[in-house]
Amino acid sequence: MKSLAELQAIRDKARMQMQMRKDNSEAIRVVIGMATCGISAGARPVLNAFVQEIEKRRLENVVVTQTGCIGMCQFEPIVEVFVPGKDKVTYAKVTPEKVPRIVADHLVNGNPVMEYTIGSVMK
Amino acid sequence: MQELSLYILDIVQNSISAGASRIEISVDEDTAADTLAIEISDNGCGMTEEQLKRVSDPFYTTRTTRRVGMGIPLFRLAAEQSGGSLEISSEPGKGTRVSARFVRSHVNRLPLGDVCGTLTALIRLNPNLDFCYMQSLDGRSFSIDTSELRRILGDVPLDNPDVMSWIAGYFNEQSELLSGETDQTI
Repeated sequence: MKSLAELQAIRDKARMQMQMRKDNSEAIRVVIGMATCGISAGARPVLNAFVQEIEKRRLENVVVTQTGCIGMCQFEPIVEVFVPGKDKVTYAKVTPEKVPRIVADHLVNGNPVMEYTIGSVMK
Repeated sequence: MQELSLYILDIVQNSISAGASRIEISVDEDTAADTLAIEISDNGCGMTEEQLKRVSDPFYTTRTTRRVGMGIPLFRLAAEQSGGSLEISSEPGKGTRVSARFVRSHVNRLPLGDVCGTLTALIRLNPNLDFCYMQSLDGRSFSIDTSELRRILGDVPLDNPDVMSWIAGYFNEQSELLSGETDQTI
């Protein structure tokens, strides 16, 4: 059974790690569309796939957040990636299967997956 | 949308847009009365009487990126298709309450689906807001309130991966206990 004592232990461990962690202002931002259009197109499993993949690789400099509808509902689920100092990259019709490659190629190695971007999907 | 949990995720987005700091979600099943009730209430900015009248109109929205607002109309449709109904009450400055009632055994009643996925997505994306989730089945119930967890966690954020996995684990355990099955899909 999950107990509150277990949660206290998690807190104590996290506090020790927080002291070691660096400032997060230079973080990469992964922004997922979570309006009605995004949710019905499958944004929730995409979000969970990003969270799992980022945790698996222990990426400390990535922040996952949400946005509303950006007016391109037919291309949802849409994911925007903001790498500090680089242009925004917009991925369209993202599925959980596409997420590990976006994380590995783009977030880790800095190479956007061009074939998943909105420019390629629209063709 | 194929699951009621996705509708919950969608309706809660309205609360978040309304600037709510605390959002309460309840799922209440009563097998004898054959009902499933979902209620989402928030302390956001609320709606005026005029907005409240138009909220079920799919061509009414406060957003500027597009001219349709499908969230509430779709939720109402899901409830009415299962022989249920949807009610909204709201007061400017106080908050909004959305209540949907479903006929539990109706052939068109969508499954509840992955509520844990909805709750963890909401907490993960909005670690500074408080969510209180309550689920009951024939009078037995469990709840998760992030404001209580926050009291234990202190300065450790809710979106810490270990905290998130504790929340998901706790939810699944409680949900299994409630339904008496290992499969939480109802």
